[in-house]
Amino acid sequence: MKEILMGYQGEMSLKGLNKHTFEATLMKILRYRLKPLGEFKVYCAQSTFYMEPLEDGIDMDEAFARVSKVFGLAALSRSVVCEKNFETICETAEMYLGDALRDVRTFKVEAKRADKTFPMNSPELMRELGAYLLGKHPHLRVDVKNPQMKVFVEIRDYGAYIHGPKVPGEGGLPVGTSGRGLNLLSGGIDSPVAAWRMARRGMALDHIHFASPPYTSDRAKLKVMALASKISVYTGGCNLFVVPYTKPQEYIRDHAPDVLFTVLMRRSMMRIANKIAGKIGAEALITGESLAQVASQTVKALQCTDAAQDLPVLRPLIGMDKNEIIETSRHTDTFELSILPYEDCCTIFTPPHPKIRPELSEILAAEAEMPGLAELEQEAAETAERIRIRLGEEIEFV
Amino acid sequence: MKQNPNIHYLDNAATTMVAPEVAQVVHDTLLQHWANPSSLYTPGVESGMELNRARSVVAKSLGCKSSELFFTGSGSEGNNMALLGAVRSKTFGKRIVVSGFEHASVDKPAKRLRDDGYDVVFVAPNEDGTLDVDKMLEQVNKNTILVACMLVNNETGARNDVERLAQGVKKINSRCAVHVDAVQAWMRVPIRLAGVDTMTVSGHKIHAPKGIGALYVNEKYIQSFQPPYIGGEQEREKRPGTENLAYAMGLAEAAKRLGSSMPARTAHIQALNQRLRQGLKAFPEVIINSPDNAVPEVLNFSEMVINSQTMLNHLSTRGVYISTGSACDKGAKSHTLAAMGLDSRRINTAIRVSFCADNTEEDVDAFLNGLEDGMKTLQRLK
Repeated sequence: MKEILMGYQGEMSLKGLNKHTFEATLMKILRYRLKPLGEFKVYCAQSTFYMEPLEDGIDMDEAFARVSKVFGLAALSRSVVCEKNFETICETAEMYLGDALRDVRTFKVEAKRADKTFPMNSPELMRELGAYLLGKHPHLRVDVKNPQMKVFVEIRDYGAYIHGPKVPGEGGLPVGTSGRGLNLLSGGIDSPVAAWRMARRGMALDHIHFASPPYTSDRAKLKVMALASKISVYTGGCNLFVVPYTKPQEYIRDHAPDVLFTVLMRRSMMRIANKIAGKIGAEALITGESLAQVASQTVKALQCTDAAQDLPVLRPLIGMDKNEIIETSRHTDTFELSILPYEDCCTIFTPPHPKIRPELSEILAAEAEMPGLAELEQEAAETAERIRIRLGEEIEFV
Repeated sequence: MKQNPNIHYLDNAATTMVAPEVAQVVHDTLLQHWANPSSLYTPGVESGMELNRARSVVAKSLGCKSSELFFTGSGSEGNNMALLGAVRSKTFGKRIVVSGFEHASVDKPAKRLRDDGYDVVFVAPNEDGTLDVDKMLEQVNKNTILVACMLVNNETGARNDVERLAQGVKKINSRCAVHVDAVQAWMRVPIRLAGVDTMTVSGHKIHAPKGIGALYVNEKYIQSFQPPYIGGEQEREKRPGTENLAYAMGLAEAAKRLGSSMPARTAHIQALNQRLRQGLKAFPEVIINSPDNAVPEVLNFSEMVINSQTMLNHLSTRGVYISTGSACDKGAKSHTLAAMGLDSRRINTAIRVSFCADNTEEDVDAFLNGLEDGMKTLQRLK
């Protein structure tokens, strides 16, 4: 009995003439994710991706877990494939699902006949296979409205597929089909979630982190590496740029009005991120800002931050509630890491009462008083450390 | 440090450098006595004899019999065994009394037992961070199965009058077990076992490697004491698992080495402590958190102006290593200082300096210079 994995397209199936480029990208990702486990044949037909192991003894549980984290698949299932012949279908269904059927009381058979050359039509196949399974499991009852278990049979070009229920996938679009972004990763709860959300829309991304030793420690940097590594199962391998930010940060502290500090610092970070984005060909910056969460995330403050540089700033969490963000961070398994108590760059030197509605004109005036800042920012961007985060290489944070 | 003048390691309450003599003993034992101490043939018997030799040296340093000493993997393991073992052995009651400033390896098992339905009472310390013996005793009744407390506090160095506590408990309820966490006390203060039923010590605080400790169990208690482990016959079934002979030998060597030099060492460390206190007088903001009776090895203070994690990072770049609290809490806010009722600013700016005999005056000066520099250049708390 040969087991295969099947992934079903969601939004991708709505694409027009460029659909094949999305499919090609997704197949490439699926092949890459499965490669360490053994040889697989990956192909796409009728909006479904088939992942067929070509070796014996491959860990299919692990394979399923890996591909279920790939963006672009709306649902997945595990199936067995057999010859398109009614008797074989019956025997295979009993062999593959017999154990599971023993544990339920009601069931139903659903059939889909994509290959119209198959002699039985869908209702016939449902009825006949249902009767066969009832004969094998006399304790069962058919319930077409609310069955405890559904047995799916699909008659496709390549063969007959028998599988249990579909499991929802991560949805979205394959990473790499929507350009490249640079994500500002602080080490808090929000920024990994922002990365996850943008990657889900198909954006390939790298991360940038601002470190301010001695105010931030080596452990804070390790924590950010561990976070980037955690979400790499969704985003794929990436680069983490660690910018030494102490000097610009201290310069702003010493030369600017206290109440404007946070916005000035964020603008400065954006400018440095812009420089690094230029170097790596990123077309957008990504932040975990959520409207009105803190003083620097009011509409006025965001206007000031946006005006600092010319790349689009994507803020996927802008309309999300903190609880929703936390829910997602639990889903991506980053929450526990995010809440570890290490100081990050965003909370250093912050004034007790920052200005909530800063005007761009006063911000520009304050920046005019800081002629030395540009040089420090340039130096920081140039001396950023590039750390390669590889997929599957777990960085355990201790 | 005597070993390396460029390193100023002042976090000896977190762990200590392994002494070269100890490392040598461990190395030699690993190569010579590789046989399983429980095996019946000659090399095994030799290993067993070495293990017992190590046991008797450690027992002697604690003032107990060899038969009352069990090797463990760490101080935390010993504490867990003592707490979780006590409730299996003492089934006559439900009450447990612990002090409110215990190490996580006592605090968390106690909280687990509370969740399991035991009546666990946490007693807040005196204002100066020392144990409030009378308040502890007030909570002890005929239903009390266990009283646990540390002898020397890991964060402030406070010395607790465990002797009076143990004897007081026994007067109220002679069946109640008394557990003492002596991890920070061993080789720093004299240890008396009167009234004590179980006590833990750890190797890596006395220049032995990490991964070895010992649990003392009073001989009257051994028979009924049931630790949460089952398995092999090793350590008389109290702590199954093939014995870590090399580290046990290392522990014995470390105990022997320090045991013979206690008075001279204390005088040296006392002088370093005085030098540090003197130096801190130059900073008017500084408040000392360690009580007057604290061991000279530990000095905890709040500098009140710089976040202590920032100060730690700053000092680290200068080769000066201190901590902000218990290393086992990995940077979380101090549990002991909070139990003492200190305000958040005092807790957020707290620094723990902890000495060993290998520290020198240069280490203290390097720390004071680093502190002064940090106070001048680092961002002050608002």
